[in-house]
Amino acid sequence: MRTRTRTGGLVALAATAALALSACGGDDSSGGSTEGGGTASGGGEKITIGIKFDQPGLGFKEGDTYTGFDTDVARYVAEKLGYSEDQIEWTEAPSAQRETLLSTDQVDMIFATYSITDKRKETVAFAGPYFVAGQDLLVAEDNTDIQGPEDLEGKNLCSVTGSTSAQRIKDEYAAGVQLLEQPGYAECVTALLSGQVDAVTTDDIILAGLAAQPANKGKVKVVGAPFSTERYGVGISQSSDKCEDINTAITEMIEDGSWEEAITANTEGTGYTPNSSENPPTPDACA
Amino acid sequence: MGDYLSQFLRLFESYDVLGAFWVNIQLTFWAAILALVIGTVLALMRISPIPSLQWAGATYVTLFRNTPLTIIMVFLTLGVWGQLKIQLADDFPSNFFRFAVLGLAVYHAAFVCEAIRSGVNTVPLGQAEAARAIGLSFLPAARIVILPQAFRGSVAPLGNVLIALIKNSTVAAAAGVATETSSLMKTMIEFDSDVIIAIFLTFAIGYVILVIPVGLATTTLSRRLAVKR
Repeated sequence: MRTRTRTGGLVALAATAALALSACGGDDSSGGSTEGGGTASGGGEKITIGIKFDQPGLGFKEGDTYTGFDTDVARYVAEKLGYSEDQIEWTEAPSAQRETLLSTDQVDMIFATYSITDKRKETVAFAGPYFVAGQDLLVAEDNTDIQGPEDLEGKNLCSVTGSTSAQRIKDEYAAGVQLLEQPGYAECVTALLSGQVDAVTTDDIILAGLAAQPANKGKVKVVGAPFSTERYGVGISQSSDKCEDINTAITEMIEDGSWEEAITANTEGTGYTPNSSENPPTPDACA
Repeated sequence: MGDYLSQFLRLFESYDVLGAFWVNIQLTFWAAILALVIGTVLALMRISPIPSLQWAGATYVTLFRNTPLTIIMVFLTLGVWGQLKIQLADDFPSNFFRFAVLGLAVYHAAFVCEAIRSGVNTVPLGQAEAARAIGLSFLPAARIVILPQAFRGSVAPLGNVLIALIKNSTVAAAAGVATETSSLMKTMIEFDSDVIIAIFLTFAIGYVILVIPVGLATTTLSRRLAVKR
């Protein structure tokens, strides 16, 4: 009796294994052929570019297409470096992982609202800047009493965790402001739409991208009085030799008008214009 | 080595690291008390002889044990506070702290309930039968006979829940508590990315220091308190 049960189990196991193996075999052959075809049409190596996946208007993943100003600049630069669109491999680069992704060579370039700072220059290198953003406020469309950070006295303000933009307003402009910190900007806009907070603060172009989203269009607006400068650079590893070429590409993009076009297309319908005293920027000299 | 030491020093000078851990300890403390109360009531419901209460307790446990904590937190801030406009305090910091404690408590209450139920299973059936035989009804029997023994048998699983709660208290960031450790870690990486290893070690070691004593204490206590049969 006992032996029979055991034999039965073994037979079942063997059958399962055979099934699993044949399934694997099928997968392998089909996967192999697709990949082969892809390489043949692409030709040459790939470039890995880190972007945000969750910032509408800058770096946003919708299904398998990537949209936003950061991705437009990235495509332009990649093309000038000799990589066509289908040779670009997009990778998500969340704020906290950007330095690690670059210093471990998991990505070649990062276009992800990456401000150039001296502390970051100790571990990574920057090309650009390709855009100069400034801290601004996003308010409800019908709001007229918030014109700048000074007007936030006694109001509720939302920002994301891990940035000091909200704290800066509390320290320098309006000590009586109540701060809410949320994991992402989308949560902040939800709170703004429900009326529980009066304003959302971060870089103006991020706010414009949020305002341009179909769900928020006509409900929120960017105040348009930036009160800081954030210089967005292209993050590269310190050993990278691409800095000069990226800067040339950025300058060309600004000169031939595609830079302006990309800004307009990604903030359409919000009436947003970048701070004209700083934009378009001239790339810094490479280190 | 001296290089690392100066990096830690820089982090501790420019950020309130101990203050951030203190916020997590406070979150854990209040949430643990609340979760213990809710969890005990739930366990009583589940072992009670009334089918509707058993059903309600089991439903609560299934529902909250299988809902990600982040979703509970986001629901509390964006749903209960954002849309229903229910406030637990007038000023933002205490309001969101209370929401975070509430979220942590209702989530971990499900696990506390199951830990206590496992403790109830260590009490021999004869104890319950003897309690009924001397005329105690369900509640007095539970209070005087069953639960005291059950708690002594569930110290180890309750300790596990407490350890999970300590670490889960970082999810309070999703409920708008911005002074706790995971938010501070994000801020540090944003502004001091050049010392990322020191940042990682600060929080890794911090949580090891918090969690290991709890583990040791519950293991010792569970040995000492277990009813010798």
